[in-house]
Amino acid sequence: MRECSVMIGGKAGEGINTAGLTIASLFNHLGYRVYMYFDYPSLIRGGHNFAVIRAAEEKIGATRDTFDILLALDQNCIDRHTEAIRDDTIVVYDSYQVVNATGHPIDVDRILKEENAPQITKNSAIIGGFCKAAGIAWEILTDVFKTTVPEKYLDVNLRVARRGYDAAPEVIRIEPLGRPTLPVLTGNQAAGLGLVRGGLDTLVAYPMTPTSNLLHFLAEHADDLSVKVIHPENEIGVMLMALGLAYAGNKTAVCTSGGGFCLMTEGLSLAGMSETPVTIVLGQRPGPSTGVPTYTSQADLHFVLNAGQGEFPRFVVVPGDLEEMYYWSAVALGLAWKYQIPSIILTDKTLAEGGYTFDIDASGAIPELPPVFADGVKPYRRYAATEDGISPLAFPPESTAPVKANSYAHDEAGFTTEKAELVAGMQEKVLRKAESLHRELETFRGVEVAGVAGAGIALVCWGSEKAACIEAAARFGVKVVRPLIFAPFPVRQWREAMLGVHRVIAVENNATGQLARLLRQNGFWVDELVLKYDGRPFSVDELERRLAEVIG
Amino acid sequence: MSNEKTAGKPAGNLISPAENTWCPGCGNFSIEHMMKSALAELAESKGIPLEKFVIVGGIGCHGKLTDYLNVNSFYAIHGRAIPLATGIKLANPDLHVICFVGDGDTYAEGLDHLVFAAKRNADITVIVHDNRVYGLTTGQYTPTSPYGFKGRSTPDGITERPINPLELMLVSGATFVSRGYTKKLKPLKQTFKDAILHEGFSFVEVLQICATYFNLTDCYNDQVYDLEGIDTTDFDQALAKAREWDYTSLARIPLGTFYDRKMPVFGEKFRHLEKRTRSRDEAVRAVLEEYR
Repeated sequence: MRECSVMIGGKAGEGINTAGLTIASLFNHLGYRVYMYFDYPSLIRGGHNFAVIRAAEEKIGATRDTFDILLALDQNCIDRHTEAIRDDTIVVYDSYQVVNATGHPIDVDRILKEENAPQITKNSAIIGGFCKAAGIAWEILTDVFKTTVPEKYLDVNLRVARRGYDAAPEVIRIEPLGRPTLPVLTGNQAAGLGLVRGGLDTLVAYPMTPTSNLLHFLAEHADDLSVKVIHPENEIGVMLMALGLAYAGNKTAVCTSGGGFCLMTEGLSLAGMSETPVTIVLGQRPGPSTGVPTYTSQADLHFVLNAGQGEFPRFVVVPGDLEEMYYWSAVALGLAWKYQIPSIILTDKTLAEGGYTFDIDASGAIPELPPVFADGVKPYRRYAATEDGISPLAFPPESTAPVKANSYAHDEAGFTTEKAELVAGMQEKVLRKAESLHRELETFRGVEVAGVAGAGIALVCWGSEKAACIEAAARFGVKVVRPLIFAPFPVRQWREAMLGVHRVIAVENNATGQLARLLRQNGFWVDELVLKYDGRPFSVDELERRLAEVIG
Repeated sequence: MSNEKTAGKPAGNLISPAENTWCPGCGNFSIEHMMKSALAELAESKGIPLEKFVIVGGIGCHGKLTDYLNVNSFYAIHGRAIPLATGIKLANPDLHVICFVGDGDTYAEGLDHLVFAAKRNADITVIVHDNRVYGLTTGQYTPTSPYGFKGRSTPDGITERPINPLELMLVSGATFVSRGYTKKLKPLKQTFKDAILHEGFSFVEVLQICATYFNLTDCYNDQVYDLEGIDTTDFDQALAKAREWDYTSLARIPLGTFYDRKMPVFGEKFRHLEKRTRSRDEAVRAVLEEYR
C-alpha cells in the first residue's frame, strides 16, 4: 500500500486533534510521511470536529476526498461524510454513539466502565480498534502512546486501547516501510523552533487563531528553549512591547492573525521609522473582520505587503511546508536584525495548525546573519548614515553616547527634525538599506520550481497550496512555480523560473487572485485563476478536477 | 526656569543641544529640570550610572522631553510609551525606565496599557504630564478636563465627568501612587526620585500648567496642600485621599505620595532564563525528540 487516508471525527471537546496526531504518529512510526488536516468550528463543546490523516511514501501536504479508514465517535461523523465513504472504506465506530453504520463496532462505553476509565480515553479504544483493523502491530501503538500520553495516564489508556484492539478484526495490513521515525509537528511548532534557532529571546503574543498554538508551544517549552513568553493586554501592546524589547537588545517575535495584525500596523510603522527589528508570524484565516475564525485562507497578502503608513522596507516570506517554515523563521529573524526592519512570516491555518512529518536535516543549513554593531569607540549615533544604509546597533547601557530611537523624522543622532534635507536624507538612507536587503536576498532561493521542468504550462501558487499543486501537477505534466520571498519581490528569479512558460494558472485560497495581482504589478501575466475561498484548502482530487476544466 | 538653582542640582550635560520649542511658561520646563536634577542626584547619591536610565515618551508636548534630555530614549507614539517601556525593562532589568506621557496620550489613547502596567506591577516609572487639555493639537478636552470644559471640539462645554487617575491607578494595582505640581519644584523632584527608586509600577500624576490653552495656576495655588502623616501602606487611606478632589470641584488637592507598597514585580519569573546552557541547535533537537 503506497498511501492511506484515515478520518477520525467526533464532537469538539473529545480530543479529536490529539487523536489525529496520534494516528499520524502511528503512520510515522511505520516510516510513512504524514499530513493531518484538522477541521473544527469555533466552539468548545459539541459540534463536529474531524481530522484527516493521510500517509504516503513521499512527502505530502494535502488530503484526498475519500477515506480508506473512517473512525467514527458519533453518528454525525458518518452522516456528514457519506460522500467520502467508499464501498471498501473500513469503518470502525463507537457502537454506543453510532446507531446506523456498516463496519466494525467497538463497545466503547462498556470498555470504559469495565476498565474504570475516564471519558477522555474513548479515543484510545477507537485507536486500538484502528490499529488492529489496519494491521498495525500492538508494539507500535505502545511505542507511540509512550511518547504522546502523559505517564500517569499511560496505563489506563493502554488498557482501554488493548480492549479496542482486541475488539476489531484485522482487515488490511499497512506495511512498515522500515525508515527512521521523524517528528510530527504543526507549522506553528516549526515556526517556533525556527525562531529559536534563529536567535529568539522573547515571544510576545495575544491569542488568536490560527497562531495561538505557537504562543502555547513556546510557553510550554520556555525553559527548554530559554525564551521569555509574554501575553499582554492586546496586539497593540504586543507590538510595542516587542519594540521595547528589541530596543534593549532582545531578539523578539510576535504572532497573530489578520485581525490582530490590523492593531499592530501602528507599531509596524513605528518599527519602520525607528528602524527597530521585529519578526511577525501571521497566520491567515478567512476575513474580513472575524470571518470564519477557525478555517483557512490566503487573502491577507496585499494587506501585509502594504500595511503601515509611510514608506519603509520589510521582508515578507511565505513558507510552503514545515522545512521551509523552520528555515525561513530563523532567516526572517536574522534579516530583521541585520537590516533593522520588520520581517513577516506569512502563513495560513492550513500550514499553521496542520500536522506534518518534519525532517530538520532537509530544511537546509541556517545561514549566519549577524547584526551590525557599533564599534564602541566613536560617539554613538543611532541613525548613522552609512553607504549600505545600515546604522550600527548599540543597546543601553553599553554605548558611547545615549541611544536615541525616534518615531519622528530624525537626524543621525536620533533627535527629531523637520528640516527638509535631513528628512529626505534619512528616507534615502532607509531606501539604501532596502537595496542592500534586495541584493542579499539574491543569494537566497526566493522562487521554487517543481513539477515537470521545461513544461509550457505553469501552476503558480503560494504557501500551503504547494503540496496539492505539486501532486496535481504530476498528473497534468506541468510545472509549479512558487515565490517564497514576497518582499522585496525576487523579480529576476521569477523571470528565470518562468522561461519557456506560455500559459500561467494561479492556484490560490482567496476570491480575487492576490498572487496573480502581485505578479501583474511586477509585469508578469497570469492567464487563469483557480480559486477556492470557502475556508478549506484544496484537496488533491478537487484541485485535479478544477485543473482539468482549465487545462482540458 | 528661574527657581531651578534653588530646587535642584545643576547637571552638566544632561540637557541636550536640541532646540526647545515649548511655549513660555509651560509646566513642562519644571518637569524637565526636576527630572534632570533627580537623575543627577540619583547618579551621585545612589551610584546609578546615567547610561542606565532610559526615558520613553508618548506623543504630545510632553514627548519632546525625550529630545531635550541627553539620556537613552525612545520617542514613541501616541499612547504607547508604556508597553514599549515594559519591553525595555523586560529585556534588561538593570535599566531604570521612565515613561513620560500626557493625559490625552495615556488616559485616552493608551488607557488599556496604563491599567495593565499597574495590574502587572511592571517595574517602570510613569510620569503623567497632566495639563488637562490637548496642547499640541491646539486645545481640545482630555479625560481629566473638568466637567463643562469648553474646548475646540466641544465649544458648548463637555458633559462628561473627568476620570480620577489616582483612584484608577490604585484600584488597578499600582504599587506607588503620587501627585506633584509643576509650581512645587522641590517636592516634585523628590517624588521623581522616590518613584524611580520604587521597585514596581510607580505612577506620578503631575498637575502641569498649560500656559497657552488652560492655565490653572491660580486655581491650583489656592487648592493644593501637602499630604502629611498618612500611612502610605494603607490602601483604603490612599483611596480616600485620592478621592478628596474629583478634578472638577474646588476641593483641596493633596500633593505627595499616597501609596507605596512592595509587591512582586512583573518579569521576575524570566530571570532564570538568561542562563542558556546549551546551543540553540541542541535545544531545538532536544524538543523535537518529544514529537518523534
